[in-house]
Amino acid sequence: MNNAACVIVGAGPAGLSAAYELLKAGAPVTLIERSHVLGGQLSKQTHKFFGSETQFASLRGLTIMETLIERLKPYQDRLTLHEQTQVVGLYSDKVLTCVKDDIYFKIQATTLIVATGASEKALPFEQNDLPGVYAAGAVQTLMNQYGVKPGRRVLMVGSGNIGLIVAYQLRQAGVEVAAIVEASDRISGYLVHASKCRRLGIPILTQHSIKAALGESHVNGAVVWQLDEHWQGLPGSEVTYDVDTICLAVGLAPLSDLLLQVGVKSRFVNELGGVVPWVDAHGQTSLEGVYACGDVTGIEEASSAMVEGALVALRCLEYLGIPVADGDARRKEFQTQLHHLRHGPHAAKLRTGYAKRGDFSV
Amino acid sequence: MQSEAILVFDKTGIPSRALVLEQFPALDVLAQPKAIIECYQEIPCNPCSTVCPFDAIFIPEDINVRPQIDFSACTGCGLCAQICPGLAITIRQLKGPVAVLNLPYEMLPMPQQGHTVKVIDRSGAFLCDGLVTRVTVSKRSENTAYVRVELPENYLVDAMTIEVPHGS
Repeated sequence: MNNAACVIVGAGPAGLSAAYELLKAGAPVTLIERSHVLGGQLSKQTHKFFGSETQFASLRGLTIMETLIERLKPYQDRLTLHEQTQVVGLYSDKVLTCVKDDIYFKIQATTLIVATGASEKALPFEQNDLPGVYAAGAVQTLMNQYGVKPGRRVLMVGSGNIGLIVAYQLRQAGVEVAAIVEASDRISGYLVHASKCRRLGIPILTQHSIKAALGESHVNGAVVWQLDEHWQGLPGSEVTYDVDTICLAVGLAPLSDLLLQVGVKSRFVNELGGVVPWVDAHGQTSLEGVYACGDVTGIEEASSAMVEGALVALRCLEYLGIPVADGDARRKEFQTQLHHLRHGPHAAKLRTGYAKRGDFSV
Repeated sequence: MQSEAILVFDKTGIPSRALVLEQFPALDVLAQPKAIIECYQEIPCNPCSTVCPFDAIFIPEDINVRPQIDFSACTGCGLCAQICPGLAITIRQLKGPVAVLNLPYEMLPMPQQGHTVKVIDRSGAFLCDGLVTRVTVSKRSENTAYVRVELPENYLVDAMTIEVPHGS
């Protein structure tokens, strides 16, 4: 068994940010990442981020990812990195079981930060298992990470920020976007993103959804219909789109499975995307020494995930008895940043969700 | 913001012309290039304000507050247009019969100086032809092209982006 003072599961924006704070303060860090690249979702985000300078606003996700990784370089001697490693089990004595290259091993952690992020939700409709039906994240991975076009003409389902951004990125890659359909009666993402799509000539249809995918062996069309005020499809309103790809951007669910294995206090919060762990104002779960940050505690943005990661790291250092210069001032600064990121009218649903979940300095 | 206007905007993603005009200064002010900020929603974001060397764009500590521009301080330098993550800022000027539009552009093919391009409005509809008179790409703008286009004066307000014909 390997012993480790700080184990971080997930090297996305939250995990990388936590790793930086811990390493900088002198703590040894064991960082575990399932993928062969670090950065999580940032590795396929080619658009510029909102926020303020402290959260790297106006940089593309990819550039933010490079910056977060670069920041760890001076501390390589204290960093143990396990890439392409899956954490398959967690026990209440903070033992993690991992698999890498078919080899199973265990780590005994003193402190553990769970920053596992989220997974994409699917949508039930006729033939939704046809090849050519993708989740938006998969389309971004294909396009932006591997340079592969997912298809020739796409129907985007969902007008949240991910749907709008991916529609725009599809156009950047030279792929046609037939339409963006949205079940709600209003566009759910930022209007600046919606306007970027509209000026490219991409229609956005609110109160519309997909009824069926068409095709035998792969998608060769999509049937879209109008929804009534009870979100029910209106027979007779069906329109068939000539598309070979259907892209689902219908929300994310927190990947809280690991934490649920040790039975931390948790609950289902619709506004946060699914089952989320309760955390205190510093990101500690109901299990002492086990922390959570980023999308696993509620679906939000990379900007707040980074701030949460830093905040949780401060608490982790405290637990380990490692002093932090200006610790209290920095904690306050991070909490102020989170407050501002969650203060706007667009974050109202998020605030409702966090009120239901419990703390974390909202 | 007018609630009725935003209700339609929420459904379409296209701001009404009245809403757009509210972001413009008086026409005589546009004899000099000025930033037109089309940021209609309170979202947590402030780079346009922090990048401005002339303190012409104000956002308070609460970064959700929409940017306020002081047209008398704005020089039309375009730093805000190049840094805005929402591609929501353009620099516009009226030079006699010619409207000059400076816009951020992230599509391929890349526009070239001296080429004729299609000028497009906020709904994606074709308005007129325009002449590209400058293209700059800087690292600071994360390689978003910053394009200057000249077009007939009557499209000063409605022009929003360009389309570069393939093979041009």
